[in-house]
Amino acid sequence: MKEPLIRVVKKAELGRKETLILRLEAILLALVAGGLFILCLGQNPFVIYQTILTGALRSGMAIQATVKIAIPLLIASLGVTLAFKMRFWNIGAEGQIIMGGVFASYFALFHSGWNHWLLVIVMFIAGAVGGGLWGLIPAWFKTKYDTNETLFTLMLNYIALNVIVFLREGPWRDPGSQGYAKIARFDKNASLDRVFGIQFGWIIALVLLVLIWIYMNRSKQGYEISVVGESQETARYAGMNVKKVILRTMFLSGAVCGIGGMVQATGSDVTLTTAVAGGVGFTAIIVAWLAQLNPPAILLVTILFSILEKGSSVVQSSFGLSSDCADVLQGIILFFILGCELFIRYKFVFRGKGDVRA
Amino acid sequence: MKKVVSVLLSAAMALSLCAGCSSSSAPETEAQEAETQAAGAAEEGAEAEQAGEAAEGVMPAVAKEDLKVGVIHIGNPADGSGYSYAHDQGIVAMQQALGLDDSQIVRKNNVADDDQTAIDTAMRECVEEGCQIIFATSWGYMDACEALAEEFPDVVFSHGTGYKSNGKNFNNYFGRIYQSRYLSGIAAGLKTETNKIGYVGAWGKDNAEVTGGCNAFAMGVYSVNPDATVYIKTTNSWYDPEGEKQAAVALINEGCDVIGQHCDTPNPQLAAEEAGVFGVGYNSDMSKDAPGAVLTSTIWNWGAYYTEAVESLINGTWTGENYFGGLKEGLVDLAPLSDLCAEGTAEKIEEAREKMASGEWDVFDGVIECNDGTTVGTEGEPMSDADITGNIHWYFKNVVEK
Repeated sequence: MKEPLIRVVKKAELGRKETLILRLEAILLALVAGGLFILCLGQNPFVIYQTILTGALRSGMAIQATVKIAIPLLIASLGVTLAFKMRFWNIGAEGQIIMGGVFASYFALFHSGWNHWLLVIVMFIAGAVGGGLWGLIPAWFKTKYDTNETLFTLMLNYIALNVIVFLREGPWRDPGSQGYAKIARFDKNASLDRVFGIQFGWIIALVLLVLIWIYMNRSKQGYEISVVGESQETARYAGMNVKKVILRTMFLSGAVCGIGGMVQATGSDVTLTTAVAGGVGFTAIIVAWLAQLNPPAILLVTILFSILEKGSSVVQSSFGLSSDCADVLQGIILFFILGCELFIRYKFVFRGKGDVRA
Repeated sequence: MKKVVSVLLSAAMALSLCAGCSSSSAPETEAQEAETQAAGAAEEGAEAEQAGEAAEGVMPAVAKEDLKVGVIHIGNPADGSGYSYAHDQGIVAMQQALGLDDSQIVRKNNVADDDQTAIDTAMRECVEEGCQIIFATSWGYMDACEALAEEFPDVVFSHGTGYKSNGKNFNNYFGRIYQSRYLSGIAAGLKTETNKIGYVGAWGKDNAEVTGGCNAFAMGVYSVNPDATVYIKTTNSWYDPEGEKQAAVALINEGCDVIGQHCDTPNPQLAAEEAGVFGVGYNSDMSKDAPGAVLTSTIWNWGAYYTEAVESLINGTWTGENYFGGLKEGLVDLAPLSDLCAEGTAEKIEEAREKMASGEWDVFDGVIECNDGTTVGTEGEPMSDADITGNIHWYFKNVVEK
């Protein structure tokens, strides 16, 4: 039989150093490709890249804005990581963020007179419960009827979004808005305080980062998640209650995302809008995978993404480049970095050359 | 993809909100407010040791060279038409009138007006880049303006179309678009042969701005053609390309031969052109879209306000008052009449325009007969601005709901 021209062969595990070098190469290539794109638009790539960096970090105000973008992204990425570790494809972070925001907003809107810290704690719990329950729904159906969680969680996003639309158009409509459908801005008492000029959601995010890292790596439950993720049969054989692990983990995953929604609504937006998640739930999936589900790496990737987003906004106003260009750049960078994962795990063998075995 | 769709939807919605909403609470007490503000301003001016140059303004004067102007757009002016384009044309007109450099204008485009964090980020960037005045063109930017105006008392936040303001560094601007609608009604009334005129409205009676606009149009029609009837059909959406077209087609099938509109796409005009009848456009000169049908269009000229506002900041005469300009100020206007207009249209329109521009008469002055047999208004008295923008929930006598 004739040998095919190219074969894709699984590689042996690469060392940390080789992997790192491959990834750095990918980033470099991405910057070059992105640079070509910028060049095609008639701009100097170096100037644009520099503006992205300075635009995101040039002053206290800029850094505050960058961090503000990072907060919900970091929290949601941590949330989906819990589910992904279990190989449960939670594409529903968007909806879980929204439901967290909705639950917390109920207290912000209708109990704004409570003691401030009591209200903040109640909103925090409400956000976690809201997101957690929204995550529990697909998990329950998965364990009971073996439904497809990817589709299920995805569809729930749109339901959650329209829950906000319903509340905005009807029961929660701002009576002072003269007929236009919006939800009122929250009372100051119901909005999160600022620490260093940024809503203190960033502290919540960092605390969650540490807790989740410990939970995943140092706790029995975290170990169960890994085992269920690797093989449900193994888990069952080891005497684990797989259904319980799935339900518990998805509740936690959703709850963390819900906290992200609560923090976004009460800290940054100070109202509830349909943009409370704003695509963060989807970006979080990419962040989690780029970081290999490793919490410290998630922080790093989140910061990079936030710099790119904030810096692009400055590029837009400084150079008149459409903000869509930022999305293209992001896409190019993702393409290369995700693409390099293929080269980390597989190698290409040309006909008649080399050893087919790994 | 989802993000794109939601951005588009929100943009469209907000765009239409802006097109349709009004600064209702503001103008009522405008005069009183202005007085108290002027008084307060004088005191503050003295306090700020600026008494000499900023006698009537509430903000210190900004040297022209140091000035930076921020603009928050919901869409992208580069699209070449539509809401953001119209606003940006106004900014460009201001820039030229005052001789500002390109680097003195900071534009933030595609800022979704329901994404509070994006709005906040965009406006803070303007502040960071040194803007002393920021024009927020979309309705949904209102709450963010309110909050940031408090945080940055040295920066002016000027918000288009909403209803909030603080009388100092956060004001509101909108216009008497109904005046232009009245004029366009004249063109329609003279043109119709079937004496049936259609009007595609975004919202029904609940919405004072659309209803008032329709009335002004109908009154314009009545002033030259008392036999004609205006049929209004609403789409229940600010932006609904398909619904707007369907509404226009339905009206044409009823026998209407001129189609007016208060909605965001030129589709009613395109439907009119297709059916071989005529129409009156809105927002921008729609004769570009449907040259075979459009008699004229009701248009905005935002540059009138932007120039005045920025100039007052340079001169130190910024008062923080709300702005509600009309034909007189040049904020609203009528696009050039096309050749399709009936004979004598220009003269009739000029006559009415004179009366409004001179302040001698306005559309909603005196007693007005409604289509349910009741009347509104008092003989010899103008309707208050608050009533015009917020309380028109009745139709003029020649209007029929479809």
